[in-house]
Amino acid sequence: MLYLSFPRLVPIIGFLVLPLILSLYWQKVLLSVAVFALLAISWDILAQSSMVSLGQALFFGMGAYFAGIMNHYLGLPPFLTIPLATLLGGLLSTLLLMPVLRLRGIYFAMVTLIIPLMLVRIIEASKIFGGTDGLSGLTPLPGGLFESYLILIALVVILFGFRRLMDSDYGLILRGINDNDRSVMNAGINIYWYKIQALFMASSIGAFAGAYLTHIYMFVGMPVFALDYSILPIAAAVVGGPGSLAGATLGSFLLVPLSEALRGFGGLRIVFYGLFLVLFVVALPEGIFHYLQRKYEQFERMVEVEK
Amino acid sequence: MITGTLIYALINSVILILMALGFNLTFGISGVSNFAYGALYVLSAFVTWILLKTAGLPYALAAGLSILITTLIGGLMYRFILMRVRGQALSEVISTFGIGLAILELFRYLGFVGFEYSLPVFIDRSFHIAGAQVDAQRILLVLVSLFLILCLWLFVHYTSIGLAFRGIAQDERTAMTFGIDSDRMAMWSVAMGAGLAAIAATVIMPLGTISVEEGYEVLLNALAVCIIGGLGSSGGVILAGLVVGFAQRFTDTYIGPHWTMIVSLVAILLVLVIKPSGFFGKQKELEERI
Repeated sequence: MLYLSFPRLVPIIGFLVLPLILSLYWQKVLLSVAVFALLAISWDILAQSSMVSLGQALFFGMGAYFAGIMNHYLGLPPFLTIPLATLLGGLLSTLLLMPVLRLRGIYFAMVTLIIPLMLVRIIEASKIFGGTDGLSGLTPLPGGLFESYLILIALVVILFGFRRLMDSDYGLILRGINDNDRSVMNAGINIYWYKIQALFMASSIGAFAGAYLTHIYMFVGMPVFALDYSILPIAAAVVGGPGSLAGATLGSFLLVPLSEALRGFGGLRIVFYGLFLVLFVVALPEGIFHYLQRKYEQFERMVEVEK
Repeated sequence: MITGTLIYALINSVILILMALGFNLTFGISGVSNFAYGALYVLSAFVTWILLKTAGLPYALAAGLSILITTLIGGLMYRFILMRVRGQALSEVISTFGIGLAILELFRYLGFVGFEYSLPVFIDRSFHIAGAQVDAQRILLVLVSLFLILCLWLFVHYTSIGLAFRGIAQDERTAMTFGIDSDRMAMWSVAMGAGLAAIAATVIMPLGTISVEEGYEVLLNALAVCIIGGLGSSGGVILAGLVVGFAQRFTDTYIGPHWTMIVSLVAILLVLVIKPSGFFGKQKELEERI
């Protein structure tokens, strides 16, 4: 029993206890760990359903801008803007990407790389929503433990919920689309409808992260579409191990504090991310999580076999 | 006025074609989408600058050396990294993107930012063509591009490596049965792609300053031109370069400089949505969309 529950209890208890024992600074780091973990989970869900995205910043930025706009122009409180931005951001990202759902592999990746860059330039050129200055002075969330627990509980729920979902028959179809889309079509399943659903789920998760962070920073601007929000989640998912959402969480749990520790190096951090990506893609493509899982399951052999 | 715009649009198109040639060559032959392309472009410009200003070499020697170094880096990148993930398109994209990111951000970290990082023009003169003033560098650039395209065409049609390139591009397994080493050819193609990026940088960079952002811009431009023209198709690159170049220049003149990049991004999106294989794409329909 302990053998099965131990790996599951570690993140749950860890995420519940950590905000209580960490200092204020590392609590903030924990927030960004959770935000990037959500983005990495969203990347992983997409990747498992045959859509590899190079632009998680699109989902993130959509959520962030929706929350910012609703708070700034309509004056809605964060308790309304965050759920609304999650849904609307997910919906708009899905609608934006719907025409290219038929694209596969690298072509889809290129589109997702391009759209956030394009949105940045459109905002810059047309000066909408505060243009280059962005919208500042947004309503903050009630501080302290509430903001930590909001995102951490969301992370735990999303992590375990979507792990369960990907293991169900529904998730089997999504993963089937990744393995061989044409044979899934042969089974009489409308793969586009399933892809749209997966896209909506993944982009909503990203939008939630964006909306949440907007209210934490009390600011939304062009940086939300920056490359950081696209690269770090991918790095986290690749380092942690793609294909199991836990790997993505583990990856961001390693990379984000590492990047904080490397803050003294400034821009060199991104260099390290780039090198990590290369190293893990080449040397340990399965990722840390799967490696640990394999090692953990080998303990079974140590159990005394009844004669 | 209109002739000036047309001439500059043509030059802009040639710049785009030149930027895209290397990316297109690599992708067309080995199927490796080299997302470190923009980084290699900037890298070669900085190497030239270092050799020129710090080591004090003559310009021609510095440029030549930097092209060689970049080619070598491209080859090594394939040999030690890409060869292990070859054929897995996404691992290729992620690892080359990682390399590109590392190179570019390393330069930013080392403080290669500012106006002093610019290369001198080859010939400091300008001409009047049909009422528009065009400097010698831009004319030279057009000539170099034409020469390069001619050389590439001759190379892939009349040399044994070039023929092997085309063999690998058409059918890798059949080519292997003829004793063509596909890994070696792919290494050559990545190296030559990097070399072409370096040549493009040497010719284009004197027009402005070298900056890290340029690396991302070049990658986007190369992607735009290659996707619109059809990945892996040389004729497509030239046509797409002309289309995008003219479109960019006209938006620049008549709408505003902020919108130039948006034009090419929108063009990519439209092409990917409507016809992902581009104008002359040779990729199989089923490989790109279902």
